Amino acid sequence: MTSRRLVLTRSAAVIGAASSGLLLPEIVRAQSGKVRVGFMLPYTGTFAQLGVAIENGFRMAINEQGGKLGGREIEYFKVDDESEPSKAIENASKLVQRDKVDVLVGTVHSGVQMGIQKVARDSGVLSLIPNAGVHAATRGLCAPNVFRTSFSNSQPTRALGQAMMAKGHKKTVWITWKYAAGDEAFEGFKESYTAAGGTIVKELGLPFPQVEFQALLTEIAALKPDAVACFFAGGGAAKFIRDYAAAGLKGKIPLYGSGFLTEGVLTAAGPAAEGIVTTMHYSDSLDTPRNKKFRLDYAKAFRSQPDVYAVQGYDTGLLLIQGANAVKGDLNSKPALYKAMEGATIDSPRGKWTMSRAHNPVQDIYLRVVENGENKVIGVAAKALADSGVGCKMV
Amino acid sequence: MDLANFFIQLLNSVQYGLLLFMLAAGLTLIFGIMGVVNLAHGSFYMLGAYLAWSLSSLLGSLGLAIIVGALLAVAFGFALEWLLFRHFYKRDHLDQVLLTFGLIYIFEELRSIVWGDDVHGVPIPELLSASVPLTENLAYPVYRLFMSGVCIALALGLYGLISKTRLGMKIRAGAFNRDMAESLGINIKLIHAVVFALGVGLAAVAGMIAAPIASVYPNMGAQVLIMCFVVVVIGGIGSVRGALIAALLVGLVDTFGKVLLPQMAGMLIYMLMAAVLLWKPEGLFKQ
Amino acid sequence: MSAQKSNLEILPRGVQVTLALGLVALVAFPFTGTDYYIQMLTRMMIMAIFAMSLDLLQGVTGLVSLGHAAYFGLAGYALAFMMPQGEPASLWWTLPAAVLASGLAALVIGFFVVRTHGIYFIMVTMAFAQMVFYLFFDNRALGGSDGLYINFKPDASVAGWVPFDLDSKRTMYYFTLGAMLVVYVFLRRLLWSPFGRALAGIRVNEHRMRAMGFGTFGYKLAAFTLAGSLAGLAGYLWGTQTGYINPELMGFQMSAHAIMMVILGGMGNFAGAIVGAFAFEYLLHVFKDLPQLGSVNLGKHWQLWMGLFIVLLVTFAPRGLLGLVERFGMGKEKTGGESHHE
Repeated sequence: MTSRRLVLTRSAAVIGAASSGLLLPEIVRAQSGKVRVGFMLPYTGTFAQLGVAIENGFRMAINEQGGKLGGREIEYFKVDDESEPSKAIENASKLVQRDKVDVLVGTVHSGVQMGIQKVARDSGVLSLIPNAGVHAATRGLCAPNVFRTSFSNSQPTRALGQAMMAKGHKKTVWITWKYAAGDEAFEGFKESYTAAGGTIVKELGLPFPQVEFQALLTEIAALKPDAVACFFAGGGAAKFIRDYAAAGLKGKIPLYGSGFLTEGVLTAAGPAAEGIVTTMHYSDSLDTPRNKKFRLDYAKAFRSQPDVYAVQGYDTGLLLIQGANAVKGDLNSKPALYKAMEGATIDSPRGKWTMSRAHNPVQDIYLRVVENGENKVIGVAAKALADSGVGCKMV
Repeated sequence: MDLANFFIQLLNSVQYGLLLFMLAAGLTLIFGIMGVVNLAHGSFYMLGAYLAWSLSSLLGSLGLAIIVGALLAVAFGFALEWLLFRHFYKRDHLDQVLLTFGLIYIFEELRSIVWGDDVHGVPIPELLSASVPLTENLAYPVYRLFMSGVCIALALGLYGLISKTRLGMKIRAGAFNRDMAESLGINIKLIHAVVFALGVGLAAVAGMIAAPIASVYPNMGAQVLIMCFVVVVIGGIGSVRGALIAALLVGLVDTFGKVLLPQMAGMLIYMLMAAVLLWKPEGLFKQ
Repeated sequence: MSAQKSNLEILPRGVQVTLALGLVALVAFPFTGTDYYIQMLTRMMIMAIFAMSLDLLQGVTGLVSLGHAAYFGLAGYALAFMMPQGEPASLWWTLPAAVLASGLAALVIGFFVVRTHGIYFIMVTMAFAQMVFYLFFDNRALGGSDGLYINFKPDASVAGWVPFDLDSKRTMYYFTLGAMLVVYVFLRRLLWSPFGRALAGIRVNEHRMRAMGFGTFGYKLAAFTLAGSLAGLAGYLWGTQTGYINPELMGFQMSAHAIMMVILGGMGNFAGAIVGAFAFEYLLHVFKDLPQLGSVNLGKHWQLWMGLFIVLLVTFAPRGLLGLVERFGMGKEKTGGESHHE
């Protein structure tokens, strides 16, 4: 008898504790007049560095303007999205429904972004994309409350085609991972390169995230193109650069790529990366007063060098500030807020840029070459390049 | 594909296969000898790569880093075995799967705390950094040839250890019938500790040697883990010879698959595994 | 390795009471909880169905599958393909169709896979799951790496009459709760049916069962197919609730999570699967929301806490939470008794 009573009371206690635990966050986070900003970023896993950089950039922008949005104080919420698409809806809902954020800033990984996009479209929450380049977000699935401050996957490569033809490379082999981001990057390259008169000799792909490139490097050598264009990022990019050089292709067949090939990996890639030409909407070495100031301030605040992800986070902050100021902090007056953000000119370290009608940046794409372990800007590959926004109802 | 290209791709296959064997050797040892499913194998590989990075910058030479790193890894293996794994030999495979899955989480987070989340590179030692020209366009990195050499030496070494030494005999006896071996006076506890530590050490050394080629980054163990399991299973659990053959087979299918059937390249290895297991449900060289 | 012990196939009183109380709490919850928590619990219940389907395979029949999530995800994809762009499809045919699709896939894959044993079975189930994963990941036509949207909730209307509307979060909650109960009762009935007893017999000693004349291949295949179909039910509900299907739902990580849920709760009796699913999701929730302690953000390192918990669990509580409840709730009467269940 005693044991049954014990079990009953214990189970009741457990259930009681559990339910109150579930309710607790609700009680604590009552209305307080502060603007709620929610970060949904990767804080663990392969892209952890990017998540940190984006958040740092964002906070720096806010702090530069006095740490307030339209005169209101800010309360931050964070969710680690683990770059895991199957948890995307759950994590986004946590910020939107439980924490009731006014703004959702996220994310890096395109698969996760698709989940956020659904929640954003269904709930109407202001959603700012600081990195994920998935086309649909500002094309078929665009929405008045979704703004992107980074790039669309085909933008950097859309500037590559012309640049390569200008250097006289008439026959190119394209290589990337076979997944959405790789496909979309190819779309930009194919469009611009063939329009400029180039021939894509072959389109090579390997399963994501495999990094055993030898077989395909042998293929490239056998095809003898004028140049190779590619899209890789992160650890895989560093490996590709080194394997390319070790296979003796460096110097014989020039390597080009979307800028992510050489972002954040130059120390790991080493001397093998020298001479690689890439296109991207930013470069660490951009020689403008604006960029120099940004880099100095960032280094002072965070004791590390900023990268393109930090810039994108920073610009997200700038965009939100402009919008919030225009509505004097009342983020619920949505038409005015969106109008302000649509018409904003962002004075970014990457140069001034504006919003396209589909809410994607219209920006300059720089031509860069790796020199002494740095991405040196050698020109502007495309001025005020916009994503087509095809399929977006707002265009 | 012309003949020259074919031979080069064959070379690529063999080299990749040998690399896989080196990675899988530690797993087949622990798996085969002690019957322990170890999902944390990829984490040991990652540990090796990160050790190679820190130690080589600290000590100035990759070779020295590998020696020190190997000793550290083996010591770590002993500690892990004593603390956790020895209590799991008699447990279900399921419990082992769960244990090692938990360990993956722990190691991944520890790695993030100790070494951070950046991408790193380990420079190839000067001596081995040249490339041998094969065709007008293509050269073969000497370091990869070196790695293949290490793998072959490793295969021979393991074979020699298991088949030709007294230690190997004891190991085989213990794997065959633990109680009988114990009653014959063999210190099974020590044997198991040695084999486990050796397995961990092998995985870490594989990571260290591969680091200049592979780069060092978060989550790098995950892909390797799956590949290793595929190799071990195709070859037959417990068979070092099987692991070698399987690794070469996987290398062939992967390399030629990427070139000839890129549409299905992601699935091919698994189709190979499924096909082998349907033909021989316990791997090619079952023990 | 020794055959897995039969776990609490007869649920002790304490556990039964806990479950009943839990059910009451679940039924009452939507009246006090907010939308967010209603959705969270719905998701936990979906995972509970998924875990129960795996328990049939793993806890009862003794087949450890690292590829069970393939059938979970497949049903979600089936729903995505069946749902037209412009308007919702009917619940009444899409649900059976999706479950059938998963069941069929399980039947076909199971036919190849069930002939292997032990660790090979584990590996070959993983291999097939990876194949299915890459099939969807690599092909734009099937949605590719970015996955697919399910634009509407399935429509429950029958010839004009609308019994319930799944757009309402509460309705979705009760629909899922109902499904979970139906699956639980069905499986418990099955456990004690001749079919279920044969499966348990196969787990304990397959050779003996074969010697007694049971066609163990057929039984195992049936269990595999049934488990796959039920996983499909869970997958369908997931697709309905979230509206977003991606290849990772079929992946190795998802399968491993299911295994953990089943073990966490206690295998072989389906109640454990439910408890395990809730506990696992809840734990993740708790670990990720840990507060800042001084300069260390405990929540950021949730992987460490999760890993430690799993290691401690498997070391000290291999029979899972229900095993613990039984051990501590029953006092002296049952000690030593439970390990000799046959």
